[in-house]
Amino acid sequence: MKTIKVSVVTPDGPVYDDEVEMVSTKAKSGELGILPGHIPLVAPLEIGAVRLKKDGKNEIIAVSGGFLEVRPEQVTILAQAAEKSEDIDIERAMRAKERAEQRLRDQKAEHYDFRRAESALRRAINRLSVAERR
Amino acid sequence: MASLRDIKNRITSTKKTSQITKAMEMTSAAKWNRGVLNAKAFVPYMEKIQEVTASIAIGAGGVNHPMLKHRPIKKTGYVVITSDRGLAGAFNSNVIRRVHQAIQKNHKSNDEFAIIAIGRVGRDFFVKRGYNVVLDIVGVSDQPNFQDIKDITSATVGMFSDETFDELYIYYSHYISAISQAVTEKKLLPLTELSTSHKLMSYEFEPSAEEILDVLLPQYAESLIYGALLDSKASEHAARMTAMRNATDNAHELIRNYTLSYNRARQAAITQEITEIVGGAAALE
Repeated sequence: MKTIKVSVVTPDGPVYDDEVEMVSTKAKSGELGILPGHIPLVAPLEIGAVRLKKDGKNEIIAVSGGFLEVRPEQVTILAQAAEKSEDIDIERAMRAKERAEQRLRDQKAEHYDFRRAESALRRAINRLSVAERR
Repeated sequence: MASLRDIKNRITSTKKTSQITKAMEMTSAAKWNRGVLNAKAFVPYMEKIQEVTASIAIGAGGVNHPMLKHRPIKKTGYVVITSDRGLAGAFNSNVIRRVHQAIQKNHKSNDEFAIIAIGRVGRDFFVKRGYNVVLDIVGVSDQPNFQDIKDITSATVGMFSDETFDELYIYYSHYISAISQAVTEKKLLPLTELSTSHKLMSYEFEPSAEEILDVLLPQYAESLIYGALLDSKASEHAARMTAMRNATDNAHELIRNYTLSYNRARQAAITQEITEIVGGAAALE
């Protein structure tokens, strides 16, 4: 089966680097599935999961603040943060989720930056849901 | 000549100082190692984002994005990266001097520039002199995460977008090797010096080139700041390590000299005593 090289890089270092059969993820404009030989493409990603299909198995990576760059023989995902499902610190994500929820509740009282709390919550939920599927 | 006890005191205190500087040298060495590794881990991301940004910005040709465009300069932003603590030789003063000179040369009044200070030493310097420090962050960990400084980088880039300032420079100490670091001045924004060595790809944009640049360019500028911070951390620890090694060497040198004069003084005292005894005995005969 034809494969395509995938690398996921973050400012804190490379997270993933391997050959896979298919990449599927959610871009800002909708679900995307990429097979080897795809035309060159650039798309911003939602906070969400990147699913990599390899030898019939699925690997999942939680990504936030990401970009997808596709070339015929290579896919690069540039993200501000990315973790493989087995590397996710569930407790930390839980705490972050609670904190963000708390802030969203207190929002009126403290006039906290709503959008920041919201995206923190989305990141935490994303990590948890990816961790669940490991 | 100083008394025996004075010299002895000085030897003990110098010894203690040398123990401290030695310990600091070793902690800095460990932090320096990790700092260099962190800076290395960042390189692939930087290269990649640079390549993609350049090929989109150049490849998409007619795109007019505010972050790529020169505009008349009314106000300049300076990002100054220093350390939180001193005892790193000339590390901080080199950076600060360079910024200070640039400001003296280019600006007549406080309204023409704004400073974003990363690190306590730089912040204190500019605040004390009444300069316009708009943002500051202190207590950045020695192994900074991208998330740690996300707030300040996005605020800085945001200030360029909302035209608080019209150009942005960054000053930091670039790590060359353990014994050499160079103050570097870089123009961050507008992004005019994009270039790529790879052949240009003609990408499909999903949804459109403009919208992608809207997200990509701030992210690129932010990662440039983060990269500079990592670089600066590596040089900080290298500078501190060298400074502390010199201090330890100097302390050992001092101890050697003191020990010599201590022994001389001790010998002189013994000789004097003998002379006195012999003199006393001779006087009795």
